[in-house]
Amino acid sequence: MATTTLTPAATAYRSGLYEWLTTTDHKKIGILYLVNSFLFFFIGGIFALLVRTELAQPGLQILHDELLYNQLFTMHGTVMIFLFIIPVLVGFGNYVVPLQIGAPDMAFPRINALSFWMLPLGGILLLLGFVTGGTAQAGWTSYAPLSEDRINGLASSGPGQDLWLMALLLIGTSSILGGINFLVTIFKMRAPGMTMFRMPILVWTVLVTSVLVVMATPVLTSALIMLFIDRNYGGHFFDPSTGGNAILWQNVFWFYSHPAVYIMVLPAMGMISEILPVFSRKPLFGYKAFVFATAGIGALGFSVWAHHMFTTGHVFLPFFSLMTFLIAVPTGVKMFNWIFTLFRGKLTFSTPLLFALGFLSMFLIGGINGAFSAAVPVDFALQDTYWVVAHLHYVLFGGSVFGVMAGLYYWFPKMTGRMLNETLGKTQFVLMFVGFNMTFFPMHQLGLAGMPRRIADYASNMGWNDLNLLATVGGFMIASSMIPLLWNIFLSLRAGKPAGDDPWEANTLEWATTSPPPPYNFDRLPEIRSERPLFDLRHGRTSH
Amino acid sequence: MTASSGAITTGDPGHAVSEHNPVAGLAHDSRGGISNPILGMILFICSEVMFFSGLFAAYFSVRASTVHWPPGVAEGVPTALAERFNLHAEPFYAAGLTAILVTSSFTCQFAVWAIRRNDRTGLIRNIAVTLILGIVFLLGQVYDYSTIGFGISDTPFGTTFYTLTGFHGAHVFGGAVMLSVILYRGLAGQFSSRHHDAVEAVSLYWHFVDVVWIALFSTLYIL
Repeated sequence: MATTTLTPAATAYRSGLYEWLTTTDHKKIGILYLVNSFLFFFIGGIFALLVRTELAQPGLQILHDELLYNQLFTMHGTVMIFLFIIPVLVGFGNYVVPLQIGAPDMAFPRINALSFWMLPLGGILLLLGFVTGGTAQAGWTSYAPLSEDRINGLASSGPGQDLWLMALLLIGTSSILGGINFLVTIFKMRAPGMTMFRMPILVWTVLVTSVLVVMATPVLTSALIMLFIDRNYGGHFFDPSTGGNAILWQNVFWFYSHPAVYIMVLPAMGMISEILPVFSRKPLFGYKAFVFATAGIGALGFSVWAHHMFTTGHVFLPFFSLMTFLIAVPTGVKMFNWIFTLFRGKLTFSTPLLFALGFLSMFLIGGINGAFSAAVPVDFALQDTYWVVAHLHYVLFGGSVFGVMAGLYYWFPKMTGRMLNETLGKTQFVLMFVGFNMTFFPMHQLGLAGMPRRIADYASNMGWNDLNLLATVGGFMIASSMIPLLWNIFLSLRAGKPAGDDPWEANTLEWATTSPPPPYNFDRLPEIRSERPLFDLRHGRTSH
Repeated sequence: MTASSGAITTGDPGHAVSEHNPVAGLAHDSRGGISNPILGMILFICSEVMFFSGLFAAYFSVRASTVHWPPGVAEGVPTALAERFNLHAEPFYAAGLTAILVTSSFTCQFAVWAIRRNDRTGLIRNIAVTLILGIVFLLGQVYDYSTIGFGISDTPFGTTFYTLTGFHGAHVFGGAVMLSVILYRGLAGQFSSRHHDAVEAVSLYWHFVDVVWIALFSTLYIL
């Protein structure tokens, strides 16, 4: 099937560490993104396990210093969001998008490498706090004036918060450059015949995500700089006691961080929209509706940031509540797209499809429990309880991370030329799915029972003991699900079954080249007459 | 590969993959429309607009929650200092700086028009004048800072003033570095009417920096 043959000179990779450190090949950079992101996923996971272990029982057992507990959940949130979920999706985008549009590479390969290398640097800066007297400890949201460290007793003892600011500046710059790179690549580098409405859905979601990145991330940069000036040069932006405005931080921060929620989930939606049709043997139901829904989510995403601030009393509640509910409309459209793609399909329950179904079901719960919080009176009761923790993990873990796993099992054969083991994959799915629900479903009840988030200890007579223990056991179950994954990857890289060009009989262009693809990807391309060029090729159809 | 897949088209053999710019040599890159670097610069400027929007939002937010703006004697600021804060009273110096920067935008555009006509001398002369005007603006801003009489930690007004003008100044500095590169490359004869994307991109950036200053001048000195 459409095997590309290249001259030996063109396929020869220069080997060695030097090649990986200096590469500008989008595929190698994509793999670097993935490896780096999973490294930080495990670091952030260890922080989460420490937090969960401490919360398993009332009283302080392992973390006797409550400030250390604050540092751990701050680092857990920051690492998972900025160094895992966002970059891991960029990694998949980097690898797959140029292939799917039939391009030889990203538009700016060297800027692409720069974008990547800022990430490990930012991560090191962030975690350096642990050896310089304490990391940031004001939560991943770093609300001012708490993050200004001017309150005696709560102040951080080291430069951790400044390191947090510098790290996020670097990671943000990396995001912006990456977003510009994706946009130029998608607008300018498409193969002949690849019109906008023939682009795979993943490319569309990366496009909308990149618009969000380019328009929202610089606002976070401005917030970070203002906080840095406040902390280091005696500025007065956010401290009300000196004439600043504390709500300003929340506004500017969430103006980025709410669109960032869609930055963290749209590419995962795109990934499962590639996977569901392939394993249902059907085209995606309602391609254009899906595209417009994606654009709609992106546009609405800019008008809902203040739903994080309902209880401040400084926002226009009806507007932000209405806009938040409106987001359910395009999201619901997508749900119908996915469900009707599966409907009467010839399903093969391979691991990628299992994780994609995990995404569908868990993201649905995350959407529904989020809609509760969009109702202003309900939000006043749920604000800052474990309900919020449950909601955000159902969206970001149940949604994005399940999507990432689906993508990993789906594209791993393309990246390495080797299949992953199905039994180990299904074992991982079961462990992760059960562990995830065991960890985060009880948090709904804990939140309704009034347990606040970000506490290291709670009284034993609150009725929270059993559910917390259950959540902790679930947390370790999630951690154990990483063992089959790593073992699977190890076995596959050593002696996995060769994948061939197109092991899934898929529809998009990345499967038209070899696995792994050669530098600059394609020697020649199939004719592109629809959004499923390989389907057309298999069935001898050259027109849609 | 079956015979029925005769629909496969081969790549354009006329575009060899070169070691120095392998991507640009491929067929996809040369299909007309806006060039990659210029589109990249426009998107970068979009992100910069959002960055300054954040700073301006902060300015107006802090200003709206402050009773006396600029801060007056009522808030315990010494009278002499309060007068320094009153930028409305003496906008002439800043107006001069504005004139310098706006002029430099014109000379920058003249440089672009010159190289579009393949007039390399015109490019070099106009870029040189633009660079000099940019440096004069920066020196003027440094002089302004040294005489203005309040610092970044003096009241929210001082904080917003120095943050906004400081980051604008940093962007002018960045633009001046870019102009220097353009000047160097222009002197080396690297530009022609067919090959001058860098000149176009830097000129877009310079105009953006100019527009930000006009917004800053209007906000800080007039509004």
